[in-house]
Formats: sequence, C-alpha cells, structure tokens
Amino acid sequence: MMTAWTNSIQSDLTPDVVLASSMPSRLTRADVDRIAALAHLDLTPEERELFTKQLADVLDYAERLLEVNTDDVSVTWHPVSLSSPLRDDEVCDSLSREDALANAPDSGSNGLFKVPKVIG
Amino acid sequence: MPAPTEPTLTDLRAAVAEGTRSAVDVCETYLDRISETENTLNAFTTVLHDAARARAAEVDRHRNEWRERTLLGVPVTIKDVICTRGIATTAGSRILSGFKPPYNATVVTRLLDAGAVILGKTNCDEFAMGSSTEHSAYGPTRNPWAIDRTPGGSSGGAAAVVAARLAPVSIASDTGGSIRQPAAFCGVVGLKPTYGRVSRYGLLAFASSLDQIGPMTLTVADAAVVFNVIAGADQHDATSAAGTRSEIGVPLPGDEQRARIGVPRRILADGVDSEVLSAFEEALHVLVKQGATVVDIELPHMAYAIPIYYLVAPAEASSNLARYDGVRYGFRSSLRNGNSTVANMYDRTRDEGFGAEVKRRIMLGTYALSSGYYDAYYVKAQQVRSLVRRDYDRAFEQADVIAMPTTPTAAFPIGEHTDDPLAMYLGDIFTVSANLTGLPAISLPAGFTKSRLPIGFQLMGRAFDEATLFRLAGTYEREAPWWKEHPPALVAD
Repeated sequence: MMTAWTNSIQSDLTPDVVLASSMPSRLTRADVDRIAALAHLDLTPEERELFTKQLADVLDYAERLLEVNTDDVSVTWHPVSLSSPLRDDEVCDSLSREDALANAPDSGSNGLFKVPKVIG
Repeated sequence: MPAPTEPTLTDLRAAVAEGTRSAVDVCETYLDRISETENTLNAFTTVLHDAARARAAEVDRHRNEWRERTLLGVPVTIKDVICTRGIATTAGSRILSGFKPPYNATVVTRLLDAGAVILGKTNCDEFAMGSSTEHSAYGPTRNPWAIDRTPGGSSGGAAAVVAARLAPVSIASDTGGSIRQPAAFCGVVGLKPTYGRVSRYGLLAFASSLDQIGPMTLTVADAAVVFNVIAGADQHDATSAAGTRSEIGVPLPGDEQRARIGVPRRILADGVDSEVLSAFEEALHVLVKQGATVVDIELPHMAYAIPIYYLVAPAEASSNLARYDGVRYGFRSSLRNGNSTVANMYDRTRDEGFGAEVKRRIMLGTYALSSGYYDAYYVKAQQVRSLVRRDYDRAFEQADVIAMPTTPTAAFPIGEHTDDPLAMYLGDIFTVSANLTGLPAISLPAGFTKSRLPIGFQLMGRAFDEATLFRLAGTYEREAPWWKEHPPALVAD
C-alpha cells in the first residue's frame, strides 16, 4: 500500500532541528536503535530492519496531519473534563506481602522481589 | 450441535429464576458446546470447567435468596485483559504467562454480585493491540461464520463466543474499535459505552484516555441489561463518571419519530465495500420506516482519525507497558541468556515476552513521545483530536445519533494483513473516532454479504446518552432481527 522511500536520510536526532510545524525526516535504522534502547527492547537485527520500514510507513502516513492548521487549537489530552475526586483518607485493607509477591518470577526467601545485580 | 433453546441472557435468567432450569444445567449445556467447538475456534485462553460448575451450584443453592439478581445463573465470559482473582490473566501475551491477579476488576465484581457464572477468559490480540486476534501468543481465533477468516479484534474470542452461542454475554474492552469491529465481523451486538461510564479498575491498561469496557451480546436488550450491571462510578477509578447506577435507565422503544439520524455521506464515498454500503442504506431505511429522519452531516476531520489514533494510542501504550519488566509478575527471560544485570534482564524479558505488534506500537509510541518529536507528533495529534471533537459537537446539534458502517468490509481472511500493519490500521476508520471523542457507540448485526459473512451497522450517540442508542438499536433489531441467524455447525478438527 505504501511505497517505500528509496533514500535513507540520516536524521541527526537533535531536538532543535525539528519544528512543531513540520514532521521529522523519514525514520532510519539509527532512530530505531535509539528508540529500542529507550523502550528497553533488545530487538534482533531482523526486527530492527523490519520495524525501520514498517514504522516509517506509519509515520509517513501520519504526516497528513500537517495539512491541518492547528494554530490556536488546544490539545485534547483526555476525552472528558476531569476533576480530582477526593475521598476521606482512611486506613483500609491492602494486598498482603504474600499476595503481592505471589506472581514474582523470583521473590527469593526474604519477602522481597529479587533481581539480577543492578551494577554490572 | 443444536442451537440453545434459550439463547438470550433475558430468557436464561428467567428460566433459572423461575426454576424451570437450574444454573448447573445451563452451565453444563454451555460447557459442552465449548468443548465441541474449542478445537476449531480457539476462542478461549482459559475455560473454567470446575470453577464454573461450582459457581453454578452456588447460584442454585441461593436461588430463592438471589431471585431478584439481574444475571442470576447467566453464563458470561471475560476478555483476557480483565483481571480475575486467582484465574490466569494473560492479555494474549507471553509476558504475562503464569500471572494470576490477586484481585478482581470492578466489572467482574459487579457481574458476580449480579449472580453471573464466569465460564472462561477469551482470546484477544496481545494487550488488545490488533484488529484480527491473530496477534495472540495463544494462537488465532477463527470466525464461526467462516473458519478461514478472522473474527476481528482485538476482542475476537469474545465475539466468536457470542456468535457461536458459547455464552450469551462476553465482556470486552474497546480502545479503537475492539468491541465493535469483532461484533460486526461475527454478527453480534457490541457496545462501547461513553468514556468513564464503566470502571477500568482491573483492566490491563492499553491507552488510558481511550480504553473502555463494554458488553457483547446477541440482542440489544441483553446489552442494556449488562450495561446497567457494569456501569457506574467506582472509587477505584478516578475517571469513572459520577452518578449512581440507578440514573442509567433501560429505554423502551416508542419515541422513534423524534430521532434524527446524522449520516456523514462524504466519508462513505470511498473505500467502503458495496455490499457493506447497501446493508447500511437498508438499515437506515428500516429506521426511517419507523419514523426517524435522516440528515446529512459533515465530519471534516474524520480522515485524520486514523493518524491521530496511531500516534496517541501507541504513545499511551508505550508508557502503560513499561511496567512489564520481569520483576513483579509474569515472564522473566532466563538468566542463562546473558542477563548479567537488571537492565539486561529488562531488555531481554521485553523482547522475548512481547510479540511483534506490541513491540511495533511500543516503538512507535516511544518515538512519538521522545525528545524532539513530541511536539511534531504527539501534540499535533492531540490538537487535531480537538478538531475531531468539535466536528462531532457540531454534528450533534443537527442529529441525535450518527450512523455509519462499523467497518469498511466484512471479515477478512486469516493472514491477509499480517505483513502490512498499516493496511490493517486503515480498517479502523469508522471506529476510532468514538474513542478519540469518548462518545458511546454500538454495532448491530445488519445482514450478510453474498458469501454469508455478517455486516455491522454502527450508531454513535452523545456523551452519556447510551439510552438513545439502546432505543434506536432496539427498534432496528425488532424490525430486522438478524441475531436469530446462527453460524453453520462447527465440526471439530
């Protein structure tokens, strides 16, 4: 459905080159590598290649939003206007430590979540 | 496999309350039907044979005391993105394998309080991301009307269950059409309530400003009954709407003369299958014959709904799915795979635990939210979202409901879109705007294609005006009772 662009412009990823009024240049493999690291996904090389094309197609499609003049248009973060409902601050039951740990892949023997060492 | 003699919730409840059938008998009938069809359909991730029988027996023991309960002995299924205490809840994902929630979602609590019997958890696209139920780690669900086709998604299992008469009620979630599109593909009723109407507590979050829980049933009356059970404010969900449940009335047919049905002709001009379009016109004609009037409306920003949705939903998802890291629940990558540090463990767990579509959307959302791209993608999309809302506000000055097809085509073959995610996304054109705006929408069965695939007809209403949807939908259904058609007998593999 989408025709893949043949060029692969290297985006330098510096924020100040991107204007709010224009979409960034086509997504590259370098972008995918950077985003995968941010998203904590250790993607395989094959996934990186595939996603570079598929995500670029979706982002190209999204560029049609540029046609719309949004000067002075406010954002809709949420579909309904929200208030902050308040309730009385009362102590009530919560999950027991046993229940909270029951699903952990590794909860050791001390009633804690156990993970590999934090500093390698 | 004969069709059930009492296929609707309303009939079943009456039979149990009057004592003509026991809850155990009803439960056994449906469990038998599930056993006969499950090899073919794969509609469930978990079937609760023993727990359902035990629960039905409990209902029978309390029949006199619980006689007034709205769902007395009614079998229901729950989409596997909704937490059920002590019962595996997978979200169709490997990353939640083995997860048994320590609490019930509010909707589950309300169903049980109303006397329901939960038969099982239904299959879905992983974390509700998809339109075909092919993106489930537990295999695709098949459409009961044509087993080489998808049931739609993400709530494909829930829709297949109701269509195949494996339960009269499925509870599902809708973030961009995940209740309505599979309802259309499987020929059942599917309601996405107004945002905030139904508590999201215990729903595994996909896109928090778009997600909403709703019922799938055979009839409109059944959908209204279930809606009244599950709707209402909940102290566990700060976005659930104020107002007591008793304010939500079940409407009666009879006021059709006053209804103005808005039709956005311009957006139906391209890309809608001709059989879908003629079923749509026929459905409008049915309502006009009952006294409704049709008015032309414009939704000038409708064409932008898909690009908005596919930036906003992945952005929210990328944040919501950050919690799946192999520490507190579910799957953790084996330490043998070189997970020498916790960061390494997170990265491997998430790559091995999530499927391709979920990873694509996490990547897309992370990109749209990342420094330098946030304004260009995320803020821009949320601004155009405001314009979509304004279009609907203006349209509802002229119309009481807005009608359009639920989907541009009937159910597509399994495998058709797996290599081209964008092509799959474009099929959501008529469903995503109800989520972007928070408005309620219902999909109704509206006939069949020549090859006997169901077609859906969608009505959208004003915020918190589900009553008008039920009223018009109920009138349509009375005049065009397509729900009485049932799929061909399924032969087990």
